[in-house]
Amino acid sequence: MPPRMNGRLITGALLAGAFATLALLSLVWTPAPLTQLDIAARLQAPSASHWLGTDHLGRDVLSLLMRGAATSLGVASLAVALGALIGVPLGLWAAARAGWLDELLMRGNDIVFAFPPLLLAVLLTTALGPGAVSAILAVGVFNIPVFARVARGLALPLWQREFVLAARVAGKGQGRISREHVLPNVAGGLVVQLSLQLSLALLAETGLSYIGLGTQPPQPSWGRMLADAQTLTALAPTLALFPGLAVALAVLAFHLLADGLREWLDPHREAR
Amino acid sequence: MSARLQLQDLRVTLAGQPRLHGLDLSLAPGEVLGLVGESGSGKSLTALAIAGLLPSQATTTGRVLLDGDDLLALPEAAMDARRGAAIGLVFQEPMQALNPLMTVSAQVAEALRLHRPLSRREATHEAEAALARVGLAGLGGRHPHELSGGQRQRGVIAIAMALRPRLLIADEPTTALDVAAQAQVLALLRELVREQGSALLLISHDLPLVAGVADRIAVLQHGRLVEQGPARALLQSPQQPETAALIADSALPARPRVPAPDLSAPLLAATGLVREVRQGGGLLARPRVKRLLDGVSLQVSPGERVGLVGASGSGKSTLLRALLALEKLQAGEVRLQGQRFTGAERGLRRQMQIVFQDPAASLDPRWRAWELVAEPLALRDPVPDRALQRRLACDWLDRVGLGAAVADRFPHQFSGGQRQRLAIARALILEPALLVLDEAASALDVSVRGQVLALIDTLCREHGTALLFVTHDLGVVRAATDRLYVLDAGRIIESGPTAEVFAQPQQPATRALLAAMPDLATLLA
Repeated sequence: MPPRMNGRLITGALLAGAFATLALLSLVWTPAPLTQLDIAARLQAPSASHWLGTDHLGRDVLSLLMRGAATSLGVASLAVALGALIGVPLGLWAAARAGWLDELLMRGNDIVFAFPPLLLAVLLTTALGPGAVSAILAVGVFNIPVFARVARGLALPLWQREFVLAARVAGKGQGRISREHVLPNVAGGLVVQLSLQLSLALLAETGLSYIGLGTQPPQPSWGRMLADAQTLTALAPTLALFPGLAVALAVLAFHLLADGLREWLDPHREAR
Repeated sequence: MSARLQLQDLRVTLAGQPRLHGLDLSLAPGEVLGLVGESGSGKSLTALAIAGLLPSQATTTGRVLLDGDDLLALPEAAMDARRGAAIGLVFQEPMQALNPLMTVSAQVAEALRLHRPLSRREATHEAEAALARVGLAGLGGRHPHELSGGQRQRGVIAIAMALRPRLLIADEPTTALDVAAQAQVLALLRELVREQGSALLLISHDLPLVAGVADRIAVLQHGRLVEQGPARALLQSPQQPETAALIADSALPARPRVPAPDLSAPLLAATGLVREVRQGGGLLARPRVKRLLDGVSLQVSPGERVGLVGASGSGKSTLLRALLALEKLQAGEVRLQGQRFTGAERGLRRQMQIVFQDPAASLDPRWRAWELVAEPLALRDPVPDRALQRRLACDWLDRVGLGAAVADRFPHQFSGGQRQRLAIARALILEPALLVLDEAASALDVSVRGQVLALIDTLCREHGTALLFVTHDLGVVRAATDRLYVLDAGRIIESGPTAEVFAQPQQPATRALLAAMPDLATLLA
């Protein structure tokens, strides 16, 4: 019996899907060409020809937002993927081995956790030079311990379960049991974390590009747009409003998705 | 005779499905009525219906009369006042019934103050008295985790009985307890009920257990009352075939004696096994060392059937894991077919397989039936390809009576008994020389238990497989084993032919263990 979907899951999925679609669309088509500067038409209010108005260089804000979504979502997804691909195996390994290796990995985690993430991201990007790749690496590194910790936490109790003991009696090693029994049984929890981390990574990417350490111009990004709009708030208040709304909505979307998924996948859901 | 509790044509429909089909029962003051039935028979539903605790989707009709008042007609607020004060409830898992952050005494006092206008001091005073009555005098200041399972259940009973309820409903109150605690808790319940003139509705799947304390027994099956009557009469001359079947399933026939095995070339020989765990300890504090296994030696001959019994905490599970090399040992060695077994020897590993207690926990919920059964084939050399694995698994699904048609189902699509058959197929697919059964029949209904034991018997006879039964179920041990080891506090304290140990237990601990185990045969004798 498939569990019933809840409102948050549907809203979150629809919103996130909409952002993803717009982002993908922007790679092949935008309402107005991004490279077209039209100083004469700068700082226009929303109108029929420019739905969300134009910025200080006369570029179409809607087009910028769409391409900005591609940048932000792209950087966030790759960063989270990096974190999950390294963090999850580490966490599963720690849970399987227990003992000193577990201790070592988790204390290593604590050390990474101890640094304020944005601060270290700034350090990393300054060391590597600003740009999308640095942003992915910086945000990705902070996702590793998160996924390692969650994967370990979910996997640890499974090692006491009888079906894992049965697999050991069937002669299977730790690696194989982790792959065949543990991973499928922790996947649900990891998906929830994945979606939560996406929203945080999105925020981190926006923050980095806002302070100029993320994606570099002329490549549009939400953080960059916010930074540009800041000096012009008196002249064109809507300029800051739309990228701000985009960030808020995207973060909300992934939060709702995570929350909804958590409830949807939870085996102990109450029958309401 | 005025009845304390009377059920008249009680019917419960849950999610559109009728689950109780018109139940008529009555209970006199001071009486203990045992309500017995298999899982899904509607026992717990009856308890919840009486207490008015059914989920809101359930519709209940009929009458539930407590001293003449119809509880079903009462508004929710009036029912709240009755629960606790007039109706006491005790459920299976005491840890879930108690608040882990409050002392037991505070919890009894809280229950008292909810229903009676007592000052804090008076309530505490009465709580101590209530705890003394259940044998927890002086332990009231402890938190639930500082008590043993039996003590916790006593705490729950103290809460339930503190207000001297007219009716006490106990739903599987001892199922989570070990046999020694089980007997004590039941005796306590009976005594309290007698003393206070309450009535006890004792609900259990375990007929021998109920038979030991109940005045009358009612048998429930598929939501219908099959039969009720005085305990002894019902056991000795059941009127209905369903009751007779339940009694027959509950009392397994003793196994005929076999000649003593030749222990000169044992299949399995464990010598001097020691397992220690460190507890507590910190930067400066030295950790305490606790010995779970204290020099255990045991042997199993080829084809022999050996039982291992012991109270909970005696080290049974640890010993099993040690034998299977799932647990590190501080000393001692396990030899299988004369060779040292440390877990790394794949050839030996396939000679010893296990069936766990709870088939729901021992089968990965995300694997299909045939994949689960085929899992140990990874130990074959060479490992068969997937098509062959599936064929072998289907063959074994047939042999355990499930049929190859179920090969692609997931564990949750099977019943408990069927799941245990899956686990048996998995354990036998390599045709091991020794099959270890860890309480393998304990989680099953008695009718299914008999079938599963018969299946194990047949399959192991075919292949000459030796059996090591670990269980607390006396009936199973007597019905299925030739020789017996008794484990107590990590040591083997007694061993010998099963019939002899039963007839003349040498050690006090063995005698206590045997005496605490409920057994129909002795009850009827």
